[in-house]
Amino acid sequence: MEKKRLTHIILIIGSLSVFLSVSMAFAISDVYKGNIYQVGTLKPIDSKLKVKVGDPAPPFTLPAISGEKISLGQYRGKKNVVLSFVPAAWTPVCSDQWPGYNIAKDIFNQYDAVLLGITVDNIPTLFAWTNQMGQLWFPVLSDFWPHGAVAKRYGVLRSGGVSERALFVIDKKGTIRYIDVHDINKRPPLEDLAAALEKLKK
Amino acid sequence: MKKLSTVLAMIAFLFSTTVFPVLAANQPPQKGEGLPAINLPVPKNPDEKNYLGLSGSGTLKISQIKAKVVIVEIFSMYCPYCQKDAPGVNELYRLIENNPDIKNKIKIIGIGAGNSSYEVEVFRKTYNVPFPLFPDKDFTIHKACGEVRTPYFMVVKINEDGTHQIVHTQLGEYPGAESFLELVLKASGLK
Repeated sequence: MEKKRLTHIILIIGSLSVFLSVSMAFAISDVYKGNIYQVGTLKPIDSKLKVKVGDPAPPFTLPAISGEKISLGQYRGKKNVVLSFVPAAWTPVCSDQWPGYNIAKDIFNQYDAVLLGITVDNIPTLFAWTNQMGQLWFPVLSDFWPHGAVAKRYGVLRSGGVSERALFVIDKKGTIRYIDVHDINKRPPLEDLAAALEKLKK
Repeated sequence: MKKLSTVLAMIAFLFSTTVFPVLAANQPPQKGEGLPAINLPVPKNPDEKNYLGLSGSGTLKISQIKAKVVIVEIFSMYCPYCQKDAPGVNELYRLIENNPDIKNKIKIIGIGAGNSSYEVEVFRKTYNVPFPLFPDKDFTIHKACGEVRTPYFMVVKINEDGTHQIVHTQLGEYPGAESFLELVLKASGLK
């Protein structure tokens, strides 16, 4: 009798697990072939923001893959800035977020904005990873050491040491105008960012 | 208790075996098979509608496209290979459209896996894509196609009686317009 019940429960769990098995539909480009590490489904957000819309954007200087150092301050009075934090190189969603931005340069230009891609990976890893994406038109910055310091300052460093999938739009005065700390498992739709940039005009 | 668990087990089992396969396939559609259930919106653009030989509005199945062969590309604006191959696929379109023997027999469509309409438009604009592109924002079609990597090409033969079958599939490795057209003509029996 007990055994039967157990069989039923196993059958239920087994059947449901087939149904619920979460599949990773991102980073589907064949360009990465077997090189994407499947992280499974993660806690959507695992940090607490330390800045809000209207705040001055915390300044930072980080090394870029190109070898130069990029400071947020260098765009002050000249360009709007979009910060795109992505959690980690060689992971599913991140691997196809920037290639999309790579063909959307017109949209950034239209709003007089530069894009800065940031992860907590080190430079050699970022170099190898972004090489798979083709020639990127925007700087990719490494927030590796002190580990995740910039992500932490903005409040988007997760407990596991990677950053959130987060977008910040900073205007020419250095004020944060838009924040999207996105569900880490999903890609932010491009139209949401475009709409945020459109609002800068007002 | 026993009854309840039996009923639950049966429901769960039926659900997993009957509903789930419709939602997601385990592997991409293969040569010799039919397409999974894919419903696309009839394009609003009159040129695209005309190209596909459609009228009215609502949804369409790929087998309703007025052609002997439909080349379906599952792509993403976020996919570097799809970006790289885009000019070559446009060239395929031009080769077909400039050849009176096949012009009305072979049509091309693209389905943007996980792409919103906005994102599909960015791709279209960037590469001047001349054939219809459809968004698949929620990955519904992508899931029905076994979550295939991109770009994935399916060459679908539409028979006189309205039935269809896939005569060729290809993951990535786009060989260039001329070679691919040759392959399409052979696989579909148009040549």
